[in-house]
Amino acid sequence: MLSFIAKRVLEAIPTLLILITVSFFLMRFAPGNPFSAEIAMTPEVMANIEAKYGFDKPVHEQYFTYLGNLLQGDLGPSFKYKDFTVNELVAQALPVSVKIGLFAFTVAVTFGVTFGTIAALRQNTWIDYTIMTSAMAGVVIPSFVLAPLLVLIFAIGLEWLPAGGWHNGAAPYVVLPVIGMSLYYIASISRIMRGSMIEVLNSNFIRTAKAKGLSMPYIIVRHALRPAILPVLSYLGPALVGIITGSVVIETIFGLPGIGQLFVNGALNRDYSMVLGLTILVGALTITFNAIVDILYAVVDPKIRYS
Amino acid sequence: MTLLNVKDLRVEFTTPEGAVTAVNDLNFSLNAGETLGIVGESGSGKTQTVCSMMGLLAKNGIVSGSAKFKGQEILGLPERELNKIRAEKIAMIFQDPMTSLNPYMKVGNQLAEVLVKHKGMSKKEALAEAVRMLDAVKIPEAQKRLNMYPHEFSGGMRQRVMIAMALLCSPELLIADEPTTALDVTVQAQILALLNELKRDFNTAIIMITHDLGVVAGACDKVLVMYAGRTMEYGSADDIFYRPTHPYSEGLLKAIPRLDSAGEELPTIPGNPPNLLNLPSGCPFQERCHRVQDRCRQEAPALHNFDAERLRACHADANQILEAS
Repeated sequence: MLSFIAKRVLEAIPTLLILITVSFFLMRFAPGNPFSAEIAMTPEVMANIEAKYGFDKPVHEQYFTYLGNLLQGDLGPSFKYKDFTVNELVAQALPVSVKIGLFAFTVAVTFGVTFGTIAALRQNTWIDYTIMTSAMAGVVIPSFVLAPLLVLIFAIGLEWLPAGGWHNGAAPYVVLPVIGMSLYYIASISRIMRGSMIEVLNSNFIRTAKAKGLSMPYIIVRHALRPAILPVLSYLGPALVGIITGSVVIETIFGLPGIGQLFVNGALNRDYSMVLGLTILVGALTITFNAIVDILYAVVDPKIRYS
Repeated sequence: MTLLNVKDLRVEFTTPEGAVTAVNDLNFSLNAGETLGIVGESGSGKTQTVCSMMGLLAKNGIVSGSAKFKGQEILGLPERELNKIRAEKIAMIFQDPMTSLNPYMKVGNQLAEVLVKHKGMSKKEALAEAVRMLDAVKIPEAQKRLNMYPHEFSGGMRQRVMIAMALLCSPELLIADEPTTALDVTVQAQILALLNELKRDFNTAIIMITHDLGVVAGACDKVLVMYAGRTMEYGSADDIFYRPTHPYSEGLLKAIPRLDSAGEELPTIPGNPPNLLNLPSGCPFQERCHRVQDRCRQEAPALHNFDAERLRACHADANQILEAS
């Protein structure tokens, strides 16, 4: 298992390098630069600024400088938020996104697996239809519709919860964003779980378990859950990355200082180092979570042994 | 003493294309220590017969009739009551040992849970008992194998595990659904010998489902020949094997390869089993029968006694068939 982890880490290095290289040059070759949107500057001022950030040097030289800094863990200065480094900005925003994301993830897995299992057990009854119809709604309703609805109902209508803000992650401020983010994933996980659970329940070894006189709840927990959860597991790696880094809409609507906002502003302002830094972050998270999923696979499925 | 008494057992499946009668008014009985062979081609309803008694039909299956186990009606029992009988009184071995064990669970745990559930043993006691049972079915190094997963066993070994699992609670009736079909011939012989030993040692009654008449001859006391969900012939194994009175039994027997007729082409029964959705009127076997008469096309033959011990469903004259064989 240790050698498997080591192998995955080594494999991640070329993947990340390709990701960095492609993103770096795509950014540089796109027209405009971080300062082209600002008020007209004299060529002298422009040249000064470019010299400060090293833009006057050839692109390949900039590339190697960037890589050199990256090796020391330095993502460079932000071109938009002056006086801040990308490291500082990410360090501020990441905990917010991670906190909301992990809550939403836990909620999504718990409810998704439960609803999916119930729907599978009550296949083709009104319970199944209700769950699956809701799940379909959960998948198709976009978050920019869902989030304002939540605010309208629970913040403005019922006045149970605040409409937005972060307040260092105090409980009431977390609830609505977590609901807003998790519903889509509850719905997707329910659908995957239902399908795989139905398949498992029809398999021969479940028939054997029934013939052994075991009760249905016991069979579900001890015999069916493990194989049924495998397809969900492979969905969870990318899903977790998406939940943590991709919640642009939710973060904007609830005014949360998370990664999503940095993403949008970075892209709009052509903030080279910010976009690159976030790309590397997303890439690294994706690789890490997928590796964790692979390891979990081996834990759940005895037929998979990595060596 | 009659252990199992099955009367007018009928299994129907509702499908989008209409109702399918997989088992059509089956009657048989079984005494303690006896072995009944249920014989027939694939799709003749053998497996559905036993699954209906164990409450293991698919959701769209409807069972009617009666199956009394030691006087207790077991058809339509609620799950709770059924679970007291399953594995404890009636145990089942399935056709395909490759898929019938849970691939995600250690073999030891799969065995032990039966005893924990039915006998209230602790996990430790149950595992110790599981080792004894694995020894009994001649699995070498049983202790070590408790911690292994099914994919680490060969096919024959997995079927032994299934048998061990079925025997943990010393059931009075063992249902073996084609226990040797998926195994190669030498392993087949070992498994059959094992079942015979168990029958001798524990006086277990066995229902052996098979399409291999060789297995029947070696292991069964009584035989039920099924076709398209119906009984074609029912009697003692000796009678059916040496003195068949039904053209279908006749055909099945002729289709057994024989050592003394090497080189000749093996006789077969032409055609395929009928589509249960669209059975011909009259006898279901008419299209493949070499003794077919006009009457067979109009009127399904009723099951009737041939002699005291034997039932047959055929319009053809039994004595003629006897003379021919």
